Amino acid sequence: MDYFLQQLINGIVLGSIYGLIAIGYTMVYGIVGMINFAHGDIFMIGGFIALITFLILISIGLTVVPVILLIVLLVSMAVTALYGWSVERIAYRPLRQSFRLAPMLSAIGMSFVLSNFSQVAQGARVKPVPPIITGGYTLHESDAGFAVQLSNVQIVVVVTTIVLLAIFTWLVARTRFGRDMRACEQDQTMAALLGVDVDRTISMTFVIGAALAAVAGVMYLLYYGLVDFFMGFLAGIKAFTAAVLGGIGSLPGAMLGGLAIGLIETLWSAYFSVEYKDVAAFSILIIVLIFLPTGLLGRPEVEKV
Amino acid sequence: MATLATDRTSTQPASTFAFILKKAALSALVALGLFLLMIGIRTEAGPSGQLIYWTRFGELAAIVAAVFVGSIVVELLRQWSGRIGIAATPAPWVGSALAKIGKLLAPALLIFALLVPVIFYNQRYLLDLGILVLTYVMLGWGLNIVVGLAGLLDLGYVAFYAVGAYSYALLAQSGLPLPYLTGSYPFVAVDFLQLGPWAFWVLLPVSGLLAALWGVLLGFPVLRLRGDYLAIVTLAFGEIIRLVILNWQSLTGGPNGISGIPRPTVFGIPLTPGPDGLAAMLGVPFSPTHRLVFLFYLILALALLTNWVAIRLRRLPIGRAWEAMREDEVACRALGINITTTKLSAFALGAMFGGFAGAFFATRQGFISPESFTFQESALVLAIVVLGGMGSQLGVALAALTMIGGFELFRGLDQYRMLVFGAVMVLLMIWRPRGLVGHRAPSVFLHHRTTIAADMVKEGRG
Repeated sequence: MDYFLQQLINGIVLGSIYGLIAIGYTMVYGIVGMINFAHGDIFMIGGFIALITFLILISIGLTVVPVILLIVLLVSMAVTALYGWSVERIAYRPLRQSFRLAPMLSAIGMSFVLSNFSQVAQGARVKPVPPIITGGYTLHESDAGFAVQLSNVQIVVVVTTIVLLAIFTWLVARTRFGRDMRACEQDQTMAALLGVDVDRTISMTFVIGAALAAVAGVMYLLYYGLVDFFMGFLAGIKAFTAAVLGGIGSLPGAMLGGLAIGLIETLWSAYFSVEYKDVAAFSILIIVLIFLPTGLLGRPEVEKV
Repeated sequence: MATLATDRTSTQPASTFAFILKKAALSALVALGLFLLMIGIRTEAGPSGQLIYWTRFGELAAIVAAVFVGSIVVELLRQWSGRIGIAATPAPWVGSALAKIGKLLAPALLIFALLVPVIFYNQRYLLDLGILVLTYVMLGWGLNIVVGLAGLLDLGYVAFYAVGAYSYALLAQSGLPLPYLTGSYPFVAVDFLQLGPWAFWVLLPVSGLLAALWGVLLGFPVLRLRGDYLAIVTLAFGEIIRLVILNWQSLTGGPNGISGIPRPTVFGIPLTPGPDGLAAMLGVPFSPTHRLVFLFYLILALALLTNWVAIRLRRLPIGRAWEAMREDEVACRALGINITTTKLSAFALGAMFGGFAGAFFATRQGFISPESFTFQESALVLAIVVLGGMGSQLGVALAALTMIGGFELFRGLDQYRMLVFGAVMVLLMIWRPRGLVGHRAPSVFLHHRTTIAADMVKEGRG
C-alpha cells in the first residue's frame, strides 16, 4: 500500500509535467488543426534556457532559492515563448492555407532544426545540475521500513502546475484574448469578419503554449536534474499521447490525459518493467483510440460531407 | 530568418529603404533574443561532473549580424521578384513540361542506373551511395502506396523496415522454423531448416510477408482513424516496435544488435574468394566489388519491382479504390467500396515492400541494430514521398536522389546534417508544399470538373 502511495505521488508529479506540455499541443490543435511536432523540442529548449539562466544566477552569487526559481521561471518562459512565436512565424504561418500534410512536415522539420540546433549550440552530452530544492517530508513509515516520501521538489512541481493551470483557465474563460481564441477555434473566417485579429491570436496561442512548455522544462530540470538535446522527442510524443487521451482540443482533457499517462508510466515501471514503460504508454494511446477515438473529454467530431 | 515568412494578408506599403532596415533590425532583435542564451553561453559538464560555462559572444554577434544582413537580402529579393512564391501547386506549364520531360527522363534514369556499376566500377564509394539511394527509392515507392495512393499518413513506416530486417537476420541465423505434426504429444514440433547459401532468397519473401502481416496488425486498430490521429498512432506503433527490439535482449540482442548476418548469394553461389565462389566459377579474379555490383543490381531490381507493382495496381480496382479513398473517404464508402479491405491492403502492401527493403538492408550491412530504425528514418522517407509529389513515381525517385545525395554532401559536417535537413524540409514546404515535381492526379476522374472538386475538398480535410 505504501509502495503504491509512493508511486501515486511520483506519477502525479510526472503527469503534471506531461500535462503542461500537452496543453500546448491541444491548444494549437484546437486553433489551427495541426500537430505541432516541434512542441516537444520547445519544451527541451525551455529546459536548456532554465539551465543556462540557473548557471548564470549561481555564478553571480545569488543564493536565495525562491528568487532564483522565480527568475529562472520567468526568463525561461519569456525566451521559450519567443521560440514558439518564431517557429509559428517561420514554419507554420506561410502554410496555413496549404494542404494538410504541409504544416505537419514543416513541423517535423522544425523539430529536427530545434533539437539539432541545441545539440550544435550546447553539445550532445547530458547536462546535470545539482539539486536546487532539497529536503522533503516523510508521510508515512511502515513497519517494514518503507517510507513514503514527499519531496519539496514534488510539492513545487504540483503547486506550480496548479497555479499556472488556474491562471490559464482564467485567461481562456474570462479574458478578451480567451474569447478571441475560442472564436478562432470555431471559425477563423467568421472571427476575422467580426474583428478578431486571427494572426495575432494564433501567434499568442503559440506563445502561451511555449511558455507552458517552458514551465514544464523548468520543472523537469528541477525534478530530474538534467537536460539533453534529445529529451524533447519522447516527452513530446508522450504529451501528445496525453492530449489525445484527454480528447484533443480540450484543456482539462489535456491535464487529465497528462496525469493518466504519468500514472500509467510510473505504475507500469513500478509493478511490471521499467524498459517497457514507453511501450505501455503508446499501447494505451492505441487502445484508447480504438475504443474512444475522441478521447476522454473530447467532443465527437461530426463528419461533414 | 524571421522575415522569411511575411504576413500573407497584410498589404505592405511601397517599401522604402527605411522599411527594410526596420524589418531587418526587428529580425536581428528577435535573433538576439533567441540566441543570447543558447549560443552566447555554452554549458558543459566539467571534469568533476559539475557544470561549467563560458561565453561565446563573438559567435552570437556574427549570427545576429548574419540574420540582419540576410533579412535585408531576402527583403530586397522579395521586392525585386515580387512576392516570393507560396505556390500551392506547380504552375500548369511546369506540370505539362515535366510530363514531357518525364517521359524521356524515366527511361534515361533507368538506363543510367543500369550503367552505374559499369561506369563507376572502380569507385566503391559511389557504388555504395548508389545502393543507399536505391534503398530509399524503394522505401519511398513502398510508402508511396500508403501515403501517395491511399492517402493514409504513415509516420511509422520504418517499423516495417525493421520487421523485415530483423526477420531476415533472425531467421537466417536460426534457420527457417517449420512446424510439423508429430504422432504423439506434443503434437506439433518445430524443425529448423538450415538454409545455407539460399537464406536470402528464401527469407526475402518471408520477411516481406511478415512485414505485411504487421502492416495488417497496425491497420486494424487504425481503420477508423484519419488524418493526424492516424499519423500519431502510426508513429507510436513505430516507436513500440523499436522499443521492443531495443529491450527484448534475449531475442534481438538489444542495443548491441545482430551481427554476422549471412551475405546474399547469386542464387546459391556465394560471392566469396573461395573455390565455390562466383569469381572462381567464372574464372575471373576475385574482387570485393563484385558483391557491391551484385547488391546494386539486386536493390535496383527490388525497387523496380516495387515500382512495377504500384503502377500495375493503380490500374486495378484496388488501386482505383485507393485513389478514390484518398480523394474522399466518405464518398467512397457511399459508393460501396469496402474501406476495410482497401485500407488494410494498402498498409499490407506498403509494409511488404518495406519488409523487402529491410531484408535487403540487413543482408547488405551484415549488422543491424535498433539505431537504424529511428523516427528520423520514417521522417526521411516521408519527406522523400512528399517532396517527390505524393503519388508520382518519378518524383519520388528524384527526391530520394536529391535528399540522400544532399545528405552525403554534408557527411563531413555530421553535426549540422540533421539541422540542415530540418531547415530544408521547412523551406521546401514553404516554397513548394505540393512537392518538387508535382502532384499526381487520380488515374481516372470525370472530365467535367465541378466547382467542388476533390482537390478543393481535400485542401481542408485530409
